[in-house]
Amino acid sequence: MFIKSVEKTGETTIRLLESCGRLLIFFATGGINVFILPVQFSKIIDHTWFIGVKSFFVIVLTGIFTGMVLGLQGYYSLVKFGSEAGLGAAVALTLVRELGPVLTAIMVTARAGSAMAAEIGVMRISEQIDALKTMHINPIRFLFTPRLIASVISFPLLTSLFNVIGILGGYLSGSILIGINQYDYMDTVIKNVDMADINGGFLKSLVFSLIVTTLCCYRGYYTHLFSGFGARSVSLSTTNAVVQSCIFILISDYIITYFLV
Amino acid sequence: MVVPFIQFVDVKKRFKTQEVLKGVHLSIHRGEITTIIGKSGTGKSVLLKHIIGLMHPDSGHILINGEPVHLLSREKIKAFQKKLSYMFQDNALFDSMTIYENIALPLAENRDYPRNRIREKVMNQITELGLLGSEEKFPAQLSGGMRKRAALARALVIDPEVVLFDEPTTGLDPIRKKNVHTMIKEHQKKFEFTAVIVSHDIPDIFNISQRIAMLDEGLIQFEGSKQEVLDSHSTIVNAFIRGEEA
Repeated sequence: MFIKSVEKTGETTIRLLESCGRLLIFFATGGINVFILPVQFSKIIDHTWFIGVKSFFVIVLTGIFTGMVLGLQGYYSLVKFGSEAGLGAAVALTLVRELGPVLTAIMVTARAGSAMAAEIGVMRISEQIDALKTMHINPIRFLFTPRLIASVISFPLLTSLFNVIGILGGYLSGSILIGINQYDYMDTVIKNVDMADINGGFLKSLVFSLIVTTLCCYRGYYTHLFSGFGARSVSLSTTNAVVQSCIFILISDYIITYFLV
Repeated sequence: MVVPFIQFVDVKKRFKTQEVLKGVHLSIHRGEITTIIGKSGTGKSVLLKHIIGLMHPDSGHILINGEPVHLLSREKIKAFQKKLSYMFQDNALFDSMTIYENIALPLAENRDYPRNRIREKVMNQITELGLLGSEEKFPAQLSGGMRKRAALARALVIDPEVVLFDEPTTGLDPIRKKNVHTMIKEHQKKFEFTAVIVSHDIPDIFNISQRIAMLDEGLIQFEGSKQEVLDSHSTIVNAFIRGEEA
């Protein structure tokens, strides 16, 4: 009984280490290929369109309502202390430092990350990845590298969009609907948001872009190793990719925040 | 004695507890069509994947022109693999690319071909294989037979020296099967490539093959010409050809 449980723990540990090693090699291979010529311009543009441009409306919608909720909640909390004039700063700092990068990353994971995992997973089970190898095309360079570059371009831009729209959402609910002085709202935003806050937010969005793309592409690429075969394996890989990405976004958010504050 | 182009020497391959190849010896000669027959699930596709490097033997050797692959330099292996093409059982066409893009992919990604040269070569293949008018369609918009032809076009567009066909006629009607066989034979004659075909189309496939090998129970049970297969006294070979259990 004891030996069996030790064996099982050992097996799980070895599998976990193997998986970590495979993930690192996958990321390193994709990362190194960013610098290997020729640059895959057309693929990068296609993926930037899919990850970035096509996420535009999702980000605008999420951003505006997040900002409006923050404006509303912020007002009723601040009014208790007579500090409602600081609403703009509260909304902007919350968005720029935390909610902007995190919610953007989670929304893009749900929209584009799941699609990456599913598309690459289907390519794996239908032997398209093997076909790439037989054509002497490096599948990681072909499938992962352009998506990685596209994410690094798209995530910070989408985060900026989210922040701006969110601040406008807070303005809409705080100033237009509740009636806080419009000048005070904008003035506190401008005076209280430093470049360091913006840079911190961008740093987070860059890290999240690497996490989301790597995990989603990795899960799709190794679908056959994790979740059996067939359509069910693709659905399981996609679910796992999204769940793990979200968890790692939150964990890394805490770690980065710890070092930034 | 002629050195075989590709040779399997005591190749063994195991997947977890299942030993698929139990010591395969097989010779493939340059410029010939070699067909591997055998029951489903006996490891014929596994054998092909060893040639193209998608799988590696647990033990035993694969020899190229008499030289063991594991002793070749990385450059030599790469150079050999660049001469190979593989046609997958289920075609493995990229479903988000058009037929033109599918066929052009190996040239566009790997070679220093100018765009107009790629277009010329791809359009040649498209014309040769009767795919004109389908170049802007996606694989899902084509019939099974046309998809096979597109996969064949993609396999041939790089002017390979060796083409590996994994059940190229699966799921086709008898007329289309015959067409694919004729296509393979004509192209092999024209371009003089070495072909290795995994097939169940007995006896039709014998008409286009110079050599036939039968894989059963993880071993090559028979290797020889069409006539030698038909004259064979092996109960396993005879039973398989007649479609009976040995």
